[in-house]
Amino acid sequence: MDKEDFGAGGDRFPPTRRSVIEAARSIDSGEREQALELLCAAYWKPVYKYIRWRWNRPAEAAQDLTQGFFAELLERELLDKFDASRSRLRTYLRVCVDSFVMNEDKAGRRQKRGGSISHVALDFAAAEEELGATAIDPAKIASPESLEEFFEKEWMRSLFALAVEDLRKFSDERDRARTFRLFEAYDLEGNEKLSYDQLSKDYGISVTDVTNALAWARREFRRIALDRLRELCGSEDEFQREAGAAFGWDAK
Amino acid sequence: MKFLSDSAIERLRGSAGAPDLSGTRYRLLDRIARGGMGIVYTAQDEQLERRVALKILEGSGANGDFANRLIREARVLAALEHPGIVPVHDVGTLADGRVFYAMKFVEGQRLDKYIEAVASVPDRLRIFLRICDAVAFAHARGVLHRDLKPANIMVGPFGEVLVMDWGLAKILSSEVSGASCENDPEATIFEKPKQLATAAGETTEISVVTGHGTVMGTPGYMSPEQARGDVEHLDARSDIFSLGALLQFLVTGHPEPVPQSGRPHLDKSLAAICSKATADLPAGRYLNVQGMALDVSRYLDGLAVGAHEESIFEKAARFYRRYRFFILLIAAYLAMRVLILLFMHR
Repeated sequence: MDKEDFGAGGDRFPPTRRSVIEAARSIDSGEREQALELLCAAYWKPVYKYIRWRWNRPAEAAQDLTQGFFAELLERELLDKFDASRSRLRTYLRVCVDSFVMNEDKAGRRQKRGGSISHVALDFAAAEEELGATAIDPAKIASPESLEEFFEKEWMRSLFALAVEDLRKFSDERDRARTFRLFEAYDLEGNEKLSYDQLSKDYGISVTDVTNALAWARREFRRIALDRLRELCGSEDEFQREAGAAFGWDAK
Repeated sequence: MKFLSDSAIERLRGSAGAPDLSGTRYRLLDRIARGGMGIVYTAQDEQLERRVALKILEGSGANGDFANRLIREARVLAALEHPGIVPVHDVGTLADGRVFYAMKFVEGQRLDKYIEAVASVPDRLRIFLRICDAVAFAHARGVLHRDLKPANIMVGPFGEVLVMDWGLAKILSSEVSGASCENDPEATIFEKPKQLATAAGETTEISVVTGHGTVMGTPGYMSPEQARGDVEHLDARSDIFSLGALLQFLVTGHPEPVPQSGRPHLDKSLAAICSKATADLPAGRYLNVQGMALDVSRYLDGLAVGAHEESIFEKAARFYRRYRFFILLIAAYLAMRVLILLFMHR
């Protein structure tokens, strides 16, 4: 995301942008392409990992299929056919991936594509590394629920990673780089033994300052993640459901 | 872009999903329950140094109807100061936009769990009478609970009984008294939908929250008219139906009548009270909670109850049960006299 996106001055994030579905159906080709880039940024890793896992494709083939899928999404205007009242965008895309891979198999083709999503850097090496670090229970591979679960988990990972990146930029712009580092140390690095007290000693600030900094970072992270999520949902209804699932509101 | 491990995602979900209490006097402790529209947490009130319960709306103010309902629930609780109704301390909006209210933290058990350890029917009935006290008080203040069930009743460590979760409460017209209801059982005693101010200064109609045709409540405890979504025609007798189901639950373990085979015998008077309270038509039920509580009290005292017309044998049996001690004492005295007379005439 560009720096200008955050707007000059002011403490708040830019107002919610329109849904990627609306943008993808725009008559403006530039807007359509932007929508695809946005979608691609959030979904390429889940799609790549899904093709690798569900379709058991070698890395190189999965890379081509991933790029091919997003190119086809634009060429065949698949987002126009999405009906938000019938399914979630994530489920629709997963089903599209399955159809795409099957059709590619039938046609016996594998083209190198991806010109239309050239603005999004697809770091496949990093995705491979992540895939290696992800715990997958081989006993569950055949179950359809586990496929949905896997795709959902990877999508959530991708969404949160984008939001963390946005938060880092947002914090830098507001001279709150230290706040982000505290957030990174406490919430992202998974050191269970790290305490607020320890952080206050490490950074030479009071525990209250640590508490306030983390509260700010979490609040902003939540808002940024929800903002990203809203863009990636087909309807307000879907957004409400996804937000509940993303933040575990229905977990108990 | 940084790779987020599974544990980092869980941590983010947990920390970002948890309410942001910065700027408030509360420190989050634990999540204790989840209701239809909110999550209840325990928190430490740092100023008064006591534990409180925070009911916090799920999702930041995005759904105005739910936010209004939570604010409304807090206001209803604030208007009902009674030992049997959980007191509310504070209401507001958190930094993350979520609406909350703070209430007394009740350390106790839900009624359904509590009565597992209370075997005696009279003890259960005494708990029921305390519930009736709180509901009657609310009715006198023009408030219907509309979701009375064991899960919404807490019993504290000293036996205190608290009626919780007033999220579905309906505010009755203050001008309409119970007397007018008695005169016209079919009277509509709700106010027309009126404007309700929200925290944000916006207004919305109550009918949006509990509009006609909206079914809210718990099956088994919900009156037939409530189950039909006939919200405009609900009155105190709808809560009386729920109290009847609650009474049935307290004495049989089920909110609805069950076949007696293999189950402990349910006294006819008690069954009649339950039956009258849960009559299909509101006109067949008790007119007010006091009437029902009076019948239960009379039952506890061994007196005739209004809900059941006794036969001569039932009257005699009840008379015996009530004055068993004196009857047995007199019988023993008479038997002794007879024995003495027999001994003297020998």
